[in-house]
Amino acid sequence: MNNDDLKQKILTIVPSAEFTDPVYEFLNVTVLPADLRKLAEQFNSDPDLSFDYMFCLTGVDWVTHMMVVYHLYSTKNDHTVVMKVKIDDRENPEVETLCDIWKTAEFHEREVYDLFGIKFLNHPDLRRIFLEDDWVGYPMRKDYVDPVNIVEL
Amino acid sequence: MEEVAQNIETQEYFINMGPQHPSTHGVLRLMLTLDGEIIKKVEPHLGFIHRSIEKMCEKDSYQQVVHLTDRMDYLGCHINNEAVCLTVEKGLELEVPERVKVIRTIISELTRLSSHQLWWGVMGMDLGAITTFLYGFRDREMITDIFEETCGARLTMNYNVPGGLMFDIHPNFQNRTKQFLEHFKKKLPEYDELLTGNVIFTERTKGIGYLSKEDAISYGVTGPSGRASGFSCDVRKKNPYSAYDRVDFKEILFMEGDCFARYQARIAEMWESMKIIEQLIDNIPEGEYKAKTKAVIKLPPGEYYQRVETPRGELGVYIISDNKKNPYRVKFRSPGFSNLSALDKMARGFKIADLVAIMSTLDLVIPDIDR
Repeated sequence: MNNDDLKQKILTIVPSAEFTDPVYEFLNVTVLPADLRKLAEQFNSDPDLSFDYMFCLTGVDWVTHMMVVYHLYSTKNDHTVVMKVKIDDRENPEVETLCDIWKTAEFHEREVYDLFGIKFLNHPDLRRIFLEDDWVGYPMRKDYVDPVNIVEL
Repeated sequence: MEEVAQNIETQEYFINMGPQHPSTHGVLRLMLTLDGEIIKKVEPHLGFIHRSIEKMCEKDSYQQVVHLTDRMDYLGCHINNEAVCLTVEKGLELEVPERVKVIRTIISELTRLSSHQLWWGVMGMDLGAITTFLYGFRDREMITDIFEETCGARLTMNYNVPGGLMFDIHPNFQNRTKQFLEHFKKKLPEYDELLTGNVIFTERTKGIGYLSKEDAISYGVTGPSGRASGFSCDVRKKNPYSAYDRVDFKEILFMEGDCFARYQARIAEMWESMKIIEQLIDNIPEGEYKAKTKAVIKLPPGEYYQRVETPRGELGVYIISDNKKNPYRVKFRSPGFSNLSALDKMARGFKIADLVAIMSTLDLVIPDIDR
């Protein structure tokens, strides 16, 4: 499917989905946390879409809101989409897990939880993955102050 | 006797493997849940060498970001550098000279060869054959010498800069590379003879650590490990970068998905790498070794993603720019991290000794996982 067809298809699933201007390499779609599960399930199960390979999952701190970015690729149909979920609650960001759909998400979601503090609901084993369990704060957030002063030169 | 064995009640117990276990090749701690010697669950504990490279990148200029990537997958550092440079060049819409593309490809393939040589040596050693370790390092030395002469470093090469290369190749580069190929073509069949036909080796790898194609895709297992399960994921074929679009090579695919298939995939890949180098080594175009770039690089606002094929699999570099001299966010999708996530799936039901074989064939580099 080309990007225009993908766009139409996504709009039939989630009418409120937003798209960025076509300046980026892949089609970018932004949804709200409430629509994420619905879209993700369709992405994976719909034979026209069948995004079976999640090649990147990451978080971004936009200061005003948090974002989780999923890069998806379909090995059957050879198309790519970037799904983003915008979380307005920065103090206590929560979003549904997708690790039952793409198993690679399990580790990646733990990483995002560890470094950004975004909670993934229904995740089977949501713990910090890199830092110690008693670490205070989430280092990849823009307002994180590092007392040891290693990264902020 | 069998009746007695059935009546004995066994209890599950935990055992720690690592972080100083020799077969984890770095500081990786695995918590194993065992029933007797049968693995019920593998739980990796990461972070012993987490340096927060992504956070450091946010404070650095794009030229500095390149140098940090050496410290992730130190066996494929040239390819990591290249990934960042390609992303920055994509953002700048900068076309690098043909000469740069060809040299980058040759050095990438030499890196892959040297990484696979080390993997082969270490894998043999993990399974009890010290000879392979010595052979692997002996042949790898020739590549390291070539790198030393051209790049000035033996391990963390830092040869790429956004726009091209740091300096031109050494006058000896082509000759020495050809000498190495001639040497290694005779030695690689020797590798095969030592391990591939070895009964102990095949017994310990065939049918061990099975991973299906569906699981490989779902877990995002890429590189030779993924291709041994039949997941066609070679970035060099799917999204050719540098000079891969003009060379003839095969994507190695195996369907068995066990340790032996992963072993065979890497051996076969070494032949393909040599084939690629042979096609390019006499055809390095004349010209500049670097395109002109500004001293301070600012990427236009936007998001850039570039994938490359490292010896371990697909490395993705995701840069978000807000038009400043340092990136707003950098994410490295490291192949080792995703490959490791499938370890639990692969190891369940096998024995501890098999876990060593499975980890060897996944070819884990811990700094690449922890970043």
